Amino acid sequence: MSTRTRPRAHPDDDSVTYREALREGLREALASDDRVFLMGEDVGRYGGCFGVSLGLLEEFGPDRVRDTPLSESAFVGAGIGAALAGLRPVVEIMTVNFSLLALDQILNNAATLRHMSGGQLGVPLVIRMTTGAGRQLAAQHSHSLEGWYAHIPGLRVLAPATIDDARHVLSAALVDPDPVLLFEHGSLYNAAGILDPSVRSVDLDRAAVRREGTDVTVVAYGGCVSKALEAAEELAGEGISAEVVDLRTLRPLDDATFVGSVRRTHRAVVVDEGWRSGSLSAEIESRICEQAFFELDAPVERVCSAEVPVPYARRLEEAALPQPAGIVAAARRVVS
Amino acid sequence: MATAHGGTPAGTPKTKRPRRARGPTTPSRTPAASHDLDLLRQMLLIRRFEERCVELYSAAAIRGFVHLYIGEEAVAVGVHQALDERDAVVSTYREHGHALARGIPPEAVMAEMYGKSTGCSHGRGGSMHLFDADRRFYGGNAIVGGGLPLAAGLALADRLRGESRVTCCFFGDGAFAEGEFHETANLAALWGLPVLFVCENNLYAMGTALAREHAQTDLAMRAASYGMAAWAVDGMDVHAVERAARGAVESIRAGSGPHFLEMRTYRFRAHSMYDPDRYRPKDEVEEWKRHDPVTGLADGMRTAGLLDAAALEDLEHQAAEEIDDAVRAAEQAPEEPAEDLLLHVTGRHEEAQA
Repeated sequence: MSTRTRPRAHPDDDSVTYREALREGLREALASDDRVFLMGEDVGRYGGCFGVSLGLLEEFGPDRVRDTPLSESAFVGAGIGAALAGLRPVVEIMTVNFSLLALDQILNNAATLRHMSGGQLGVPLVIRMTTGAGRQLAAQHSHSLEGWYAHIPGLRVLAPATIDDARHVLSAALVDPDPVLLFEHGSLYNAAGILDPSVRSVDLDRAAVRREGTDVTVVAYGGCVSKALEAAEELAGEGISAEVVDLRTLRPLDDATFVGSVRRTHRAVVVDEGWRSGSLSAEIESRICEQAFFELDAPVERVCSAEVPVPYARRLEEAALPQPAGIVAAARRVVS
Repeated sequence: MATAHGGTPAGTPKTKRPRRARGPTTPSRTPAASHDLDLLRQMLLIRRFEERCVELYSAAAIRGFVHLYIGEEAVAVGVHQALDERDAVVSTYREHGHALARGIPPEAVMAEMYGKSTGCSHGRGGSMHLFDADRRFYGGNAIVGGGLPLAAGLALADRLRGESRVTCCFFGDGAFAEGEFHETANLAALWGLPVLFVCENNLYAMGTALAREHAQTDLAMRAASYGMAAWAVDGMDVHAVERAARGAVESIRAGSGPHFLEMRTYRFRAHSMYDPDRYRPKDEVEEWKRHDPVTGLADGMRTAGLLDAAALEDLEHQAAEEIDDAVRAAEQAPEEPAEDLLLHVTGRHEEAQA
C-alpha cells in the first residue's frame, strides 16, 4: 500500500471526511475505554495506510496504537486472544484482499470459538479493513469480498456508507459480544459531509432507508449507496420514484426492511460490488423471492461487478464495477 | 532418528525442587516422594483415560477424530507443574492430556467425547475442542498452529494489564512448519510477550517424518533465531520436563519475554483412530516404548524405594475408578436437545434467549 492521503482541510465549512469521521470514532473509543486498543500494519507512525489513525499514536501512545509486522494471521489471531482475555481490540487490515491471510483466524477461531466452547468464550473483537475498487489499484487491492464474510455464522459484518455511520459505527461495534468486521470502501475516505448532530449512534440491526420512493426499491450497501442515490436522482428526473435501502449490516441481514420496501414498491434492483455468482446480491434476491414473490410486478434485477479480477486500466475498471447508469437501466427495466 | 532424539536435554534451566506436593494417597516419606507419586498418578490417569477412549471408540460410543496422547504424558504433566491458576493454556486437537493435567474433571472431558450436555464444551466440540473458560483452558484447536496467535493475544492482554501471568501454548512439530508459528514467534519476541511455547516434537506431522517436513530438524535452534530462550528437553522424562518448564516460567514471569521448549517425545499410537500407521517402522515404535514416561517414572521410584507394588496398585485402582465414574456419568448424562442447535453462535442471540 503506497498511498497516504492527508486529511482534507475544511477552512470554509464544518464538513468532515469519512476518514475523519472514522478517526473521531476511534479517538472516542480509545479515550472512553481502557480496554480498547488499535493494532495493525502502519496504524501508528505512518498514521494508518489510509490516514484514518493519523495522530492517534501521539495521543494514546504505542501500547494502545500498536504497529504490527506484516503478519495478518498473527496479529488478527492476537486480537482474538486479547479479546478472549477481556480486552476490546480494534484490528486494522489494510485491505480485504490481505485479510485472506487471516481468514483462518477469522473463520476458524473468531467466528467459531463461542460455539465450539459451548458458549463459554466470546470474541468481542472489531476488525476494520478497506474494501472495493475504483482507485485503479488492480486485482490484489480492489476486491469486494465482504459477501464471503457475510456467509459466516458468528460474525457481524458492517459496511458504513455514510459520514454519520462512519462516525458512530465503532462504538456500536465495540459493545457487540462477538467479532465485528467493518468494511470501509476505499472510495469513501475522501467523501465529505456535515455530521448530523441528532445522530448519536448506529443501529446495527437495522438497514437504513436513505431515500424514500414508491416505484422501485434499490438495495445497496457501502460504496454503492452513493451510486444508487445518484441513480435515484436521475430516475426522479424521468418520473420514476426510487427508494434506496442501505443494508448497513451485511450479516445479520435486516430483511424486514428491504422486503418491506419491496412490498410497497413491488419492484427491486439489488446493487452489489461483489461478483454475481454466489453473492450477497443472490441472497438478497432470494429472500425477496421467498418472502414477497407474489408482491413482485417484475423479476428482481441485479447490478454486480463483472466476473473478472478487477483490472487496472481506468476504462476497464469502470466497466467492471456497478455504475449509476447500470442501476438506472436496471430500474427502467423493472418498472417498464 | 530415535537415538538422536533421546538423551538428556541440553542447557536445561536450573533445577528447582517442587514447592509442594498435591494429593498423595499413599503414605510417603518425603515431599519429593509424594510429588513423584502425584506425577505418576496424573500420568496414569491420562494413560488409562485414553486407553478407555480406544475401547469406547471401538464400541462406537464415542466418534469423530480422536487423537491419542499415549506416550507423551510426561509433557502435559511436567509442564503443568510450573503453571498455576492465573495462567492460560492454549492447546491442540491432541489435548486430552493437557485438559486433564489442567484439572478439567475427567467426567467433563468424557461427557464431551460422548457429545453430552455435561461435556466441557456442551457437546459442540468433541475430542478436538475441549474448553474450560474458568480454568483458562482455551482449546482444543484442530487447525494445526491455529492456537499460536491466540496465545500471543492472551499474553498481550496480560502485558497491557501488567499481570504476571504466563500463557502456555502447546503445539506440534507439524505446526512448527506453519507460518502461524513463525509469525507468532516473531510477534511474541518483538513485543516481549509472556508466552511459553511448548513444541511437542513427536517426530511425525500426521504421517510425515520430521526430516521429511523440515529442512532443519533442530527446532529449538530455529526458535532461538527469533531471539528467545529455547531449549530441547527429554520429553519422556517428567522430571526433565518439569525442571525446564519451571525455569522457563520463572524467567517469563520475571519479564524476560517468550521462551520455547522443544519437548522430544513420541506418540505410541497412530495419529488418530483412523490412522493405519503404515509410515513408522515397528522397531522404532518399540524402541521408543522402552522410554515409556509412565513406567520410566514408576521404575525410577521403585528403584529409589519410593514405590511398592501396593502403592502402584492403589494408583491404578484410583484411576480406574475415576474413569469408570466418568464413563458412567457420561452415559447417563442428557443429550443436548436439538432445539438448542442454534445456541452459542452469537452472544446477542444468547442474550435474547435469556
